[in-house]
Amino acid sequence: MAVEFDGGVVMGADSRTTTGSYIANRVSDKITELTDKIWICRSGSAADTQAISDYLKYYLAMHSVELNEEPLVRTAAALGQQMCYSNKNAVQAGLIVAGWDRAKGGQVYNIPLGGTLVRQPFSIGGSGSTYIYGYCDAHYKPGMSKEECLTFVHNSLALAMARDGSSGGVIRTVVITKDGIERNMVPGNRLPIFYEGP
Amino acid sequence: MEASVGYWPVKEDKVFALQSQQTHQMRQNYIYRPQTQPITHTTDPIVTGTSVLGIKYKDGVMLAADTLASYGSLARFREMQRLEKVGNSTLIGASGEISDFQFIMEDLNKVMTQEFVRDDGYNMTAPEVYSYMSRVMYNRRSKMDPYYNALVIGGLNAAGAPFLGYVDMYGTTYEDNQIATGYGNYLARPLLRKYQRNDMSEEEAKKLLEDSLRVLFYRDARSTNKIQLAKVTKDGVVISQSYELETNWDIGKGVSH
Repeated sequence: MAVEFDGGVVMGADSRTTTGSYIANRVSDKITELTDKIWICRSGSAADTQAISDYLKYYLAMHSVELNEEPLVRTAAALGQQMCYSNKNAVQAGLIVAGWDRAKGGQVYNIPLGGTLVRQPFSIGGSGSTYIYGYCDAHYKPGMSKEECLTFVHNSLALAMARDGSSGGVIRTVVITKDGIERNMVPGNRLPIFYEGP
Repeated sequence: MEASVGYWPVKEDKVFALQSQQTHQMRQNYIYRPQTQPITHTTDPIVTGTSVLGIKYKDGVMLAADTLASYGSLARFREMQRLEKVGNSTLIGASGEISDFQFIMEDLNKVMTQEFVRDDGYNMTAPEVYSYMSRVMYNRRSKMDPYYNALVIGGLNAAGAPFLGYVDMYGTTYEDNQIATGYGNYLARPLLRKYQRNDMSEEEAKKLLEDSLRVLFYRDARSTNKIQLAKVTKDGVVISQSYELETNWDIGKGVSH
């Protein structure tokens, strides 16, 4: 998931990659760098999203050399949409492109399965997201600070990870502001705890 | 498959613990079934439990399982007891469809009650429960109407020696010093084979099962770290309260791409 705040974005993800019900990687990194200040949350097929991210990273690198400027988040998102839409029958990718640029500050763009592009104040994706639509709708408020966004992301992901078998592991977060990047990891035995009963 | 037509057993059935073969047969005759297909119940499991492990140790046998009942990939019921006692010297642990396990437990309890009432000096111990379940499971599979489970049956035999067996939905059966179902077959068995000894102490057995369940929690996407252990010794059957396993996520540091 990713949440926009005044000055940047907070991105978060779990760390579970599965082949059926076998956990192939329990400490995956699903938040990938495209440029300094534009990162991407990947869900769906790991192979497809890795390939798409590699292309996006390359295109954006070329583009920023030609522009002689940092690329816009919206550009990255539009490129992501092109790749997902034109290959919609071949690819299973749910992407959230988020970052900071000089033009519009923090932005979050969701690209779900068919290649739709939608800008949102906050965005959730992946199989576990179905369990937290209610929680996120109830707890999101516009104008949250960076710390409030971080708490919101950690709580939402912890709830999804507690119920979705395809989600779990650690919570990784990336905070992007004009001043740089902050990466963090909360290990699986220190996640926020909610109702754990039957 | 088309749904079959019939009616479910009524609550009052529980009172008639001594239901004779004859009344049971009469009831079966009254169930309406269109003669197009065999009646099948569980062909696709819905609410399921994952691995169950069992090992023999010095004082008897120890079984272990987590306390999750999944609904597909949803971790639906997080405190489901999948280890149950049968009489005073047998434990049964189930993976697979929970409703079938609950039905099996009702049936086994009825059987144990009938044995008690018979009062003939013989008690059903673990090997007898194992034989009985093996027939039940195989007969159901032969009617294309399985109990969708893999069962671990552990306990002491009449002479007091530890017994551990496996029965599943196909009627496959075997006995061994270590048993595992589901993902436990792949992830736990190597650990159990290496470290299990028939003269293990209770602490060693507990640690081995906890370590195996921990690996399963790391690698099985349909498991949790809330687990239960259960043991059968000459002093009877003890099923522990559920508790949480410690986990280590150090390998997650510094991973990035």
